[in-house]
Amino acid sequence: MLIAKDIGVRLGDNQVLRDLTFTARPGELTAIVGPNGSGKTTLLRALTGDVEFDGAISLSRHDIRTTPPWKLAATRGVLPQSTPMAFPFTVLEVVRLGLIAGIGADRAALPHRALAAVDLAGFEGRFYQELSGGEQQRVQLARVLCQIWEPVVAGEPRWLFLDEPVASLDIGHQLTVMQLAHDYAKAGGGVVAVMHDLNLTAMFADSVALIHNGALVRQDTPAKVFNDHDLSVAYGCALRVNETPVFDSTFLLPHTASTGPGPAHRP
Amino acid sequence: MAVADHIMPAATQTQGDRAPLARRLFWALSVLLAGISLFSLTYGASDTSLLAALGDWVQGRELSLRDRVVLFDIRMPRLVMGVLVGAGLAVSGAVLQGLFRNPLADPALIGVSSGASLGAICAIVLGGYLPARMADFLGYYTVPAAAFIGAWAATMVLYRVSTRRGRTSVATMLLAGIALGAMTNAMAGMLIFIADDAQLRDLTFWSLGSLGGATWSKVFAAGPMIVLLLLAAPLLSTGLNGLALGEAAAGHLGIPVQRVKNLSILGVAALTGAAVAISGGIGFVGIVVPHLLRLVIGPDHRFLLPNAALLGASLLLLADVISRTMVAPAELPIGIITAVIGAPFFLWILLRRRGILDM
Ligand SMILES: Nc1ncnc2c1ncn2[C@@H]1O[C@H](COP(=O)(O)OP(=O)(O)OP(=O)(O)O)[C@@H](O)[C@H]1O
Ligand SMILES: [Mg+2]
Repeated sequence: MLIAKDIGVRLGDNQVLRDLTFTARPGELTAIVGPNGSGKTTLLRALTGDVEFDGAISLSRHDIRTTPPWKLAATRGVLPQSTPMAFPFTVLEVVRLGLIAGIGADRAALPHRALAAVDLAGFEGRFYQELSGGEQQRVQLARVLCQIWEPVVAGEPRWLFLDEPVASLDIGHQLTVMQLAHDYAKAGGGVVAVMHDLNLTAMFADSVALIHNGALVRQDTPAKVFNDHDLSVAYGCALRVNETPVFDSTFLLPHTASTGPGPAHRP
Repeated sequence: MAVADHIMPAATQTQGDRAPLARRLFWALSVLLAGISLFSLTYGASDTSLLAALGDWVQGRELSLRDRVVLFDIRMPRLVMGVLVGAGLAVSGAVLQGLFRNPLADPALIGVSSGASLGAICAIVLGGYLPARMADFLGYYTVPAAAFIGAWAATMVLYRVSTRRGRTSVATMLLAGIALGAMTNAMAGMLIFIADDAQLRDLTFWSLGSLGGATWSKVFAAGPMIVLLLLAAPLLSTGLNGLALGEAAAGHLGIPVQRVKNLSILGVAALTGAAVAISGGIGFVGIVVPHLLRLVIGPDHRFLLPNAALLGASLLLLADVISRTMVAPAELPIGIITAVIGAPFFLWILLRRRGILDM
């Protein structure tokens, strides 16, 4: 269980997050959504202990402020929004960096399995810097997977923190990666993902936290959070949510959106 | 790069795993270093030859006093010093580049060596003013210790100035290095102004760097420190590998980032300080050697650091042989040779990877 209580974050003169409470359960994919600059990345950085914060955050009952880095690294992997690398590493060498923290069995084969999982089998010998943005992002995901391959170790769940994992991917690989995150959760691990694509979020997330101006609007199932009113307020445009007739989930179309203020005015 | 072009396809064949290649290279470079060492003992301004001396020794003949002096008091300490300085500069370059996440960081280029020189010059010129008891205590180590402090201060200032939120700006780093170099040179100039003649002779070689003044006492003053640090450097490999992903990502891998950074800065300062204390500011070894190696075996510091030590030592010995023989019986300061080779190399890196400055 990941519990963040009354989180506040100041960056410079900017109060980026205010009294934000957020929870994520193992076995579930928890999404963080909200407009640009609302504080999603900052929340994720607080959850992974990268920024100073007020309030308390615990991961599997360990206070993340006092848990040593190597211990955290054994239980959770973090995928940043992008990862430029200075030196000419091959894809295999990048993925193997994930093994630094790894306690997984079969270390020699793991990088290859992780690359296959993100649909990059055969890319081992390519140079990281010579890949496209979407390919680089998937290589980094494979590296993180290498770090925490088994979703559950000794009865304790492990965690994936993903900042916009599908933002630079084509639709096929978006589905691959979301399915992978979903399977990781279903196998008992915990997944927290910052998302921009609300349809993919509705399809795959078990819980969604909607953030606006550094505060939580609501955290609940996608069906409850994705309502016309809350989305329109948060995103500042009129949005209509529809029920899909075939799948038992919600979807929304930009076609039905119009710019301008939503039903209620922004606070 | 003919060598790189030749070896790269093999690397891709093994599917991105360059570790076996790096291990083979380690043995090849060991042999190379041994060969160059023998050559450097044999070859020099005087006609004394190691082989002839060995032959004499096997046949039980006494070595002539002249041959003994040339071999054991001139060439041998020079050889050992060349190996120590070459390995030290190459490894500190590799560590510095890992720390700054940038292939252009070179101890001589960004002012770390100037800091060390300034410290050493302070020790030479102002050493007489030290309390006698302290001077006795430090002994041979006065100059290396002062050089270390200078190098450490310079590295700290550089890191502080050029790193914001875990990202190092290369442009800032190079510019700060220029400013730092100018400042230390000016201060060194003032010190030289008040130096006496004997001190001046000591000082002239700092500006260019030379192995010419090699003596056993210099080797013993800096050698143990350099050997210790060379053996300890591989402990930083994993941390530096993680840092290549950026500080935050390295932390997520469980690497104690702050400790790795502090140890790297201390290690680089001590290695550069010790090397500069006995040989002056020999430039470009720290940038050329790791860069060449990365082309062949990749950036993994577990393999880069040991190979850099071997290749750095070999190349510096080679440059030394050139510097001793090109204008024999006089000799060129070795710093001139490394600069003549290294500066165009640096330009070549810039040409190939202009984008590097924008990172
Ligand atoms: N280092 C910083 N100093 C001051 N303010 C910052 C800093 N980093 C981010 N901010 C501000 O904090 C707010 C939240 O930023 P954050 O990166 O968390 O947004 P986000 O929700 O991830 O946006 P996006 O969808 O564009 O990725 C923004 O208004 C941003 O300007
Ligand atoms: Mg963001």
